[in-house]
Amino acid sequence: MRTFKTSTTRSQAEPNDVKPSDVEDNFTDLHLPLNSVQAGVEASRCLYCFDAPCMTACPTKIDIPKFIRQISVNKADDAAMTILSQNILGGTCARACPTEILCEEVCVVNHSEGSPVKIGDLQRHAVDGLLQKNDAHPFTRKPLSGFRFAVIGAGPAGLAFSHRLAMLGHDVVIFDKNPKAGGLNEYGLAAYKMVDDFAQREISFLLDIGGIEIKNGQIFGVNLTLKELLSNFDGVFIGVGLPVPRDVQMRGNDLAGVSNALDFIAHLRQAPDVTKVPIGNDIVVIGGGNTAIDAAVQARCLGARNVTLAYRRGPDDMGATLWERELALVNGVTIKYWLSPKEFSGTNNIVEQVVFETMQMREGKLIPTGEVMNIPADMVLKAIGQEMNGAWVNDFETRHGKIVVNEHYQTSIDRVYAGGDCIASGEDLTVQAVEDGKQAAHRADVMLRERNNI
Amino acid sequence: MANLTTHFAGIKSPNPFWLASAPPTDKEYNVVRAFKAGWGGVVWKTLGEEGPPVVNVNGPRYGALYGSDRRMVGFNNIELITDRPLQINLQEIKSVKRNWPDRAMIVSLMVPCEEDAWKSILPLVEDTGADGIELNFGCPHGMSERGMGAAVGQVPDYIEMVTRWCKHYTRMPVIVKLTPNITDVRYPARAAKAGGADAVSLINTINSIVGVDLDTMAPSPTVDGKGTHGGYCGPAVKPIALNMVAEIARDHDTAGMLISGIGGIETWRDAAEFLALGATSVQVCTAAMTYGFRIVEDMIEGLNSWMDEKGYGTIEDISGRAVPNVTDWQHLNLNYVTKAVIDQDACIKCGRCHIACEDTSHQAITAMKDGERHFEVINEECVGCNLCVAICPVENCITMEQMIDGVDPRTNKKISTKPLHWTDHPNNPMK
Repeated sequence: MRTFKTSTTRSQAEPNDVKPSDVEDNFTDLHLPLNSVQAGVEASRCLYCFDAPCMTACPTKIDIPKFIRQISVNKADDAAMTILSQNILGGTCARACPTEILCEEVCVVNHSEGSPVKIGDLQRHAVDGLLQKNDAHPFTRKPLSGFRFAVIGAGPAGLAFSHRLAMLGHDVVIFDKNPKAGGLNEYGLAAYKMVDDFAQREISFLLDIGGIEIKNGQIFGVNLTLKELLSNFDGVFIGVGLPVPRDVQMRGNDLAGVSNALDFIAHLRQAPDVTKVPIGNDIVVIGGGNTAIDAAVQARCLGARNVTLAYRRGPDDMGATLWERELALVNGVTIKYWLSPKEFSGTNNIVEQVVFETMQMREGKLIPTGEVMNIPADMVLKAIGQEMNGAWVNDFETRHGKIVVNEHYQTSIDRVYAGGDCIASGEDLTVQAVEDGKQAAHRADVMLRERNNI
Repeated sequence: MANLTTHFAGIKSPNPFWLASAPPTDKEYNVVRAFKAGWGGVVWKTLGEEGPPVVNVNGPRYGALYGSDRRMVGFNNIELITDRPLQINLQEIKSVKRNWPDRAMIVSLMVPCEEDAWKSILPLVEDTGADGIELNFGCPHGMSERGMGAAVGQVPDYIEMVTRWCKHYTRMPVIVKLTPNITDVRYPARAAKAGGADAVSLINTINSIVGVDLDTMAPSPTVDGKGTHGGYCGPAVKPIALNMVAEIARDHDTAGMLISGIGGIETWRDAAEFLALGATSVQVCTAAMTYGFRIVEDMIEGLNSWMDEKGYGTIEDISGRAVPNVTDWQHLNLNYVTKAVIDQDACIKCGRCHIACEDTSHQAITAMKDGERHFEVINEECVGCNLCVAICPVENCITMEQMIDGVDPRTNKKISTKPLHWTDHPNNPMK
């Protein structure tokens, strides 16, 4: 596990001991890529299981034993094709997937050797190798149908949908609100997980299939309506994710220094020079998911002296994986459980501390103990989840704040499909979004062909 | 502490580990380093007749076959016999033997198949004080094109003839090195014995093409666009060598003949297996060329501690101990029934046993039980073939267990304690 160059002193009087060059180093690759010798050795650990558990655990059902074997017989490009044919964003998934709770968790080598085959690293080795070659796009399109789909959101779900639909012979226009495509791949992952502009390189590879146009600065429900799209296109796919950070309603929420972790992460990803990103000395991150970890660890990487991650429940309920928590701990993040924020307080409209109430579990219910605890903070990052909002959502049948789809990824509105974090398909994972997009594309293809008798 | 002292046709060495005739024994510098490292003896790289020495290719001489972890499992060479002048080799042999009197010094020889050629070289070798000679009748490449090496070793009459000349012209013990590139190794071994050989050593390298360069479309190693067959050795050849050693050890005509075992020996265990099948000393080359001379340390220590564990005092105690248990297929007990048993606690659920059995054998291992991934032997189908044991990645997870009573659920036949051999089997038309 990587340790970054973070401040070691907790004395307020000491000058910050993280140098700009340290910060730069901290934002280099979290995992060094395997070279071909390492990949060969690692590949040789794979047992080529029958009905491999890793493959079952992968939401996109990548044939993992096959691609690892292809690496071990010096056919890394073939391995990349095995991966990409199931998961066109295999490069991002190799970096961002919590493999420790997916393929690598169920790897049988855990039982014999105590640690799994590094499937994620091998996947990255194969996909990066193919992408770096910049050869012609390896997938071909079926004869063009002339049908057009509108896709809302250029995140993992929308991109996977578009690529697969393009393969199936249809054209796609993607509408995205941000200046750059990629969704959370571009804006929502820790910078050290996606170095060298990988999200954009991967998108450019994906778009090389042709037939996909991306329009940026398009906000659904504002300058883009469903009615309009349905009249101009043969169908619509919604892959908006959960675009709005959930907020807390409490005193001090508008103090300077209180912001959303997702905005902080996005800002870091887009910063031309990370060493120039301002950071406080006492950071409190509120939340218990991987976004909270990404924010907390990056705050340490920037040089923050004290970073506390406060979660209102206990370790068993925490959404962040054990691996992510360890990454935070070895990098000096303090994780405190059973703390629920009550108030942000400060003077001159600037936050100075977070007032917490300590919590407990009683008879299965989370309740306050009555005890109050303050943690000094000159910067508060809220990471308590995201949600959908906007009047357009009301047109759809929703459940628990997510769009309801049937087994064909169809929403309650005819010709409208949805996938990714905005539907309730399982975990909010990039790899699940890719699978949703891919499957929805096949359903949309069937719909288009059936309705038009082709 | 076991006593590893080896007595081999009057040649004494402090341990049974000799370096085989090959590049590691081509000159004094290497051999002295080997003796310092602890090797019990060497067979000096093959000397040819007086005159301009042979020449070797100046391009690659070796090729390799790798396992998936890039460990070399097989090795191939197209090197010829020593390319240094005879006199220099003889001087160096003499010097090393004088300085290392306790180590076995055997000199490998290959001269044309003419009596005079052998008659003239033997006194020169004898003069060095060497302990014995080894007749190189095995080299499968290059020299065989000139009527030497394997070209002699493949004709039992020639073996017998040359061996007889050597026994006639020298008092040194004569070891005949056999080529595996024949159909039945017993014939050349018998010929060596008939010629009066004191011992045989085997195997020499196996004729091989170790690989093909798919860009240049030429065998490797490739010399200026062409390749030739070479001699194959290394761990992969051990099973072939073990069988040939055992065939000679249990042959009616050659039983009891001294054998120096060669072929893929890399560890103490490999050596012990050769000894058990009838060898009295062993020769090593590829392992030394792969790891350097110091591997002899753990070979000596490993053999020693294994002998202590088992209560074996001397090399003679081990030599040939497994030979009585090597037999023909027709003498195997057909009433001996085994079934594979999978240790569920050790099983890591890779499913390799299932798919191997399902696709290629007897459909005798489950993949599921009660909706769970579960691998278990179906005794009604298991023929006891051992495939699952062989391919299981976890050592001792699957074992073959003998049925000692009851009914074999596959055949519905009662287990019999009385052995039944093919020779007596009712289905045997030759009975």
